[in-house]
Amino acid sequence: MTVAAFVFYVFAVTVLLGGLMTVVSRNPVHSVLWLILTFIASAGLFVLLGAEFVAMLLMIVYVGAVAVLFLFVVMMLDIDFAQLRAEMSKYLPLALLIGVIILMELAMAFGVWDFSDGFATRIAAPTGEAQNTAALGLLIYDQYIMLFQLAGLILLVAMIGAIVLTLRHRKDVKRQNPVAQMHRDPAKAMELKDVKPGQGL
Amino acid sequence: MIGIEHYLAVAATLFVIGIFGLFLNRKNVIILLMSIELMLLAVNINLVSFSHYLGDLVGQVFTLFVLTVAAAEAAIGLAILVCFFRVRGTIDVEDVNVMKG
Repeated sequence: MTVAAFVFYVFAVTVLLGGLMTVVSRNPVHSVLWLILTFIASAGLFVLLGAEFVAMLLMIVYVGAVAVLFLFVVMMLDIDFAQLRAEMSKYLPLALLIGVIILMELAMAFGVWDFSDGFATRIAAPTGEAQNTAALGLLIYDQYIMLFQLAGLILLVAMIGAIVLTLRHRKDVKRQNPVAQMHRDPAKAMELKDVKPGQGL
Repeated sequence: MIGIEHYLAVAATLFVIGIFGLFLNRKNVIILLMSIELMLLAVNINLVSFSHYLGDLVGQVFTLFVLTVAAAEAAIGLAILVCFFRVRGTIDVEDVNVMKG
């Protein structure tokens, strides 16, 4: 077994173990940590496939942003998870049945699958000799610029939506009033008094 | 030599694990969202492995867009979850269908 094959099997087993523990773990904080392990291992798989840029993006976006967002929500909301988990065994047979059925369907589809004739002539963007990141940049900023900008728009809408959904103005908190601050008169803000020595005001 | 079949098998199993999680955690929305993330990750593994073995870079470009949509979906989903928790005091999705106000 070559080193690449060994590394592949380590990462693959880690991905599958992490995914399984994410969904069956009793504590949601543990679930998020297993999810982070899954993302890191799949980033390793992507590096093995020569997709370094996507791998680093996975680390930054998923591990750095999405998983931390999950962690924040799990820790900030005071949720009684024991009660939510109580009925897990009730759903286990159905979940196992559906999982096994879909896995068998995928295996059957996999059994008859093959590349179609002449697929090599239909390649849209050959990998070429360029570095992965440089080649991706050439492709994204040229052929896929429209999709790239739409992706940015999706992120903007998601950001605004998340802020609008979670922002709330509490009545019992003293807030800043920018209008009153801008309309204050500096001349009236402070009064100077000429106090003689030895006398009070 | 690791062929594309190995990667496809890993991706298929991860996808099924995601579906398994969806049905196993019917009440806990946070784990549901994590299961959806797992399924999207399986799709990404498929796209990148085909991209590598066909020598076509478009698969990786689409991985970027799937990643974008997954991040946006997680942010919006968690925001809705926080709103729901403020109103109901629980994240039990069994009674989400009670749409009152």
